[in-house]
Amino acid sequence: MDITVNILLTIATAATPLLIAAIGELVVERSGVLNLGVEGMMIMGAVGGFGAGYLTGSPWIGLLAAIALGAVFSLLFAVMTLSLATNQVATGLSLTLLGLGLSGMMGTSFVGQPGARLPNLDIPGLTAIPVIGRLLFGQDPIFYISIALTAAVMWFLFKTRTGLTLRSIGDSHTSAHALGIQVIRYRYLAVIFGGACAGLAGGHLSLVYTPQWVENMTAGRGWIALALVVFASWRPWRVLAGAYIFGAVWIGQLHAQAFGIPVPSQLLSSLPYLATIVVLVLISRNKRLTMMNTPASLGQPFVPDR
Amino acid sequence: MMRLELVKRPQRSMLFSALSPFIAFVLTIIAGAILFALLGVNPLKAFQIYFLEPISQVWQLHELAIKAAPLILIGVGLSVCYRANIWNIGAEGQFILGGIVGSSIPVLFPQFEGPLVLPLMLLFGMVGGAAYAAIPALLKARFNTNEILTSLMLVYVAQLFLDWLVRGPWRDPKGFNFPQTIQFNDSAILPELMPASGRANWGFVFALVAAVLVWILMSRMLKGFEVRVLGSSPRAGRFAGFGINRMVFFAFMLSGALAGLAGISEVSGAIGQLQPVISPGYGFAAIIVAFLGRLNPLGIVAAGLVLALTYLGGEAVQSALGISDKVARVFQGMLLFFVLGCDTLIHYRIRLIGFAAPKLESAPKLEEAR
Repeated sequence: MDITVNILLTIATAATPLLIAAIGELVVERSGVLNLGVEGMMIMGAVGGFGAGYLTGSPWIGLLAAIALGAVFSLLFAVMTLSLATNQVATGLSLTLLGLGLSGMMGTSFVGQPGARLPNLDIPGLTAIPVIGRLLFGQDPIFYISIALTAAVMWFLFKTRTGLTLRSIGDSHTSAHALGIQVIRYRYLAVIFGGACAGLAGGHLSLVYTPQWVENMTAGRGWIALALVVFASWRPWRVLAGAYIFGAVWIGQLHAQAFGIPVPSQLLSSLPYLATIVVLVLISRNKRLTMMNTPASLGQPFVPDR
Repeated sequence: MMRLELVKRPQRSMLFSALSPFIAFVLTIIAGAILFALLGVNPLKAFQIYFLEPISQVWQLHELAIKAAPLILIGVGLSVCYRANIWNIGAEGQFILGGIVGSSIPVLFPQFEGPLVLPLMLLFGMVGGAAYAAIPALLKARFNTNEILTSLMLVYVAQLFLDWLVRGPWRDPKGFNFPQTIQFNDSAILPELMPASGRANWGFVFALVAAVLVWILMSRMLKGFEVRVLGSSPRAGRFAGFGINRMVFFAFMLSGALAGLAGISEVSGAIGQLQPVISPGYGFAAIIVAFLGRLNPLGIVAAGLVLALTYLGGEAVQSALGISDKVARVFQGMLLFFVLGCDTLIHYRIRLIGFAAPKLESAPKLEEAR
């Protein structure tokens, strides 16, 4: 029983950064903007979170720094694509490339240093309950944030007027503009929210998952988060399910490597990436369904006419 | 608080079309100067080490050509994709597969020597890269799967595959357990161009030839026209009878073949054996090269040389000033940012508007108009 609980806990830890980054990107894409810079914002959050936690000794300050750095970094993307109407695909790519480079440079002196780790929740009495105690009351704080965030985004998108407006912008920015909605302002806020989420996801990696700084430690998780949004057909609860499936794949291959299964470890390591491809193929096979779900102005630059 | 406003130009500005890469370069220099100053280094001294010292001697120009060759080869191929609005960002993986498939000849048949070896290796490299690029193309054409994500995922798979090969079945049995294959025999090594003055090899010539050929393809042949039409207006392309799916395969496999050629040229020219890592991110840097060269094959040659210099400069400041050579990646990322930003000037005029200024022209009231 203990082993099962432990495995479930590690799956949750592996799924949390994917979930947070994907939920952030979901909001961005629902507003009609495709930000391929998730990997870059995430790694900036990771290095910023580690650095602030390491220098101040407080993982909580690290957490705030990760969120702030992700948000500030996404602002670059917002200015380019929203104010200067640049190509979103190319700009997102350059954000990722810049993030990987900058984080490598900023983190040079952090390599090999022991970092600060966010403490797990520990409620006297509750956490000690067998089996469910640790699952419900003994995880890291970001886990709870991720679940709350998913619920909040679900509520925001589908139960509030602002959420409806945001979705309408994603489906037709010209109509929204004609109705007098501030398209660009909404999109700025959405992009920055996505950046803050990606930064938080990166902070989870360097403050909880492996509390140290390793170059390129996001290892493609930002891209997998992007794939998750497509997989989820832009629906928050499906992102949650997808993130946990991927968390399970990630942990499963690590356990398989540890058990010494007679399969090359590289093959096991490539499973999350191969699984991403398979899942994308399965979900996009039905062309009509995909077109129905995709925000209609996704990825198209918008310049308000005056 | 200020606000930017874009005003569409009646037609694209030729002036900014030509100037934008240069403006972007100047902006990168300025941002770089700030970066160096923040790192506590005199920017002038840093720039001298970064941009001038790496190309001050003849043998160093050879090193520049070695670094520029793969960037140009890959960038030229990617430019065709991007013109067709097809987003292959997995060139790094196609580069690696080209290196692996091309190397299969000298690794598996070390006794096989003679003038046939190299051409076969190069061919295998191109086939390997093209075949690997055909995977995302097939998935996009057949299942409508987003090619950005699949091609990128395949990069990680390719890196792990190479890692497995050189630590497992292809490891040199006499190599003291180092993760590398045997050294290639002499007939499997890409010859140097001018051995007397430096190490540059035929890879650079391949790059120039590829750039000219693709330039002819894009500007003088129907296929190039097809690429541009499908890229700018898929609907018009369909009416003209151009097949989008065929174009997906064409663009992916052409760029894959060129990336594969770059991979095998790098392995057989600069390295001489397979190692766990054979590319310092050429496949991603080439994306920047493609855009900096304005998706024009001849512009890409120049852009490839610039990006190659950022790699050499990064190494130079690392050894001279003790700054991480990651600074090269930062320069490359900034360069792409500024290029994309400057490209806006081609299509738009930019107006700065203060919020205090009157925002609305006094529109006539409805009653007055009546």
